[in-house]
Amino acid sequence: MIVGTLKGFDQTINLILDESHERVYSSQQGVEQVVLGLYIIRGDNVAVVGEIDDEADKQVDYVNIRAEPLNPVQH
Amino acid sequence: MLFYSFFKSLVGKDVVVELKNDLSVCGTLHSVDQFLNIKLTEISVTDPDKYPHMLSVKNCFIRGSVVRYVQLPADECDTQLLQDAARKEAVQNKKR
Repeated sequence: MIVGTLKGFDQTINLILDESHERVYSSQQGVEQVVLGLYIIRGDNVAVVGEIDDEADKQVDYVNIRAEPLNPVQH
Repeated sequence: MLFYSFFKSLVGKDVVVELKNDLSVCGTLHSVDQFLNIKLTEISVTDPDKYPHMLSVKNCFIRGSVVRYVQLPADECDTQLLQDAARKEAVQNKKR
């Protein structure tokens, strides 16, 4: 999943995300954050756009979360 | 257009959306559009231990193309009415 500031979008859900970083979940180690910068994401690849609640995000302990990565979308 | 109208009538109700990547999200239906994109508020994931990815998200937008199922309580839907309306629409589309 990719976290960033939503700068723009269009009808096909193409997205412009600024200051973005990818959160990689793993069942072996804590969440890895990979810095990306300014990204344009093609809408075909978007499943969910979630609004992050900053208060809730602070409560989450990303170092100790263990989880399988999300499955790919299968049509 | 039929199911777009159907979902519009469900705005405000609690539903569970199962996605094609197996994630299930429970929330209140806020809005829907012509592509059956769904906006949910006050979401909670059905299995938060398996899917902690959405812990900091309260509201979300779900692209229509990734929805597998929208689960709703039986009393929110008149199945007979929906079936008849869908049949009529199918006939209309076939004629066009």
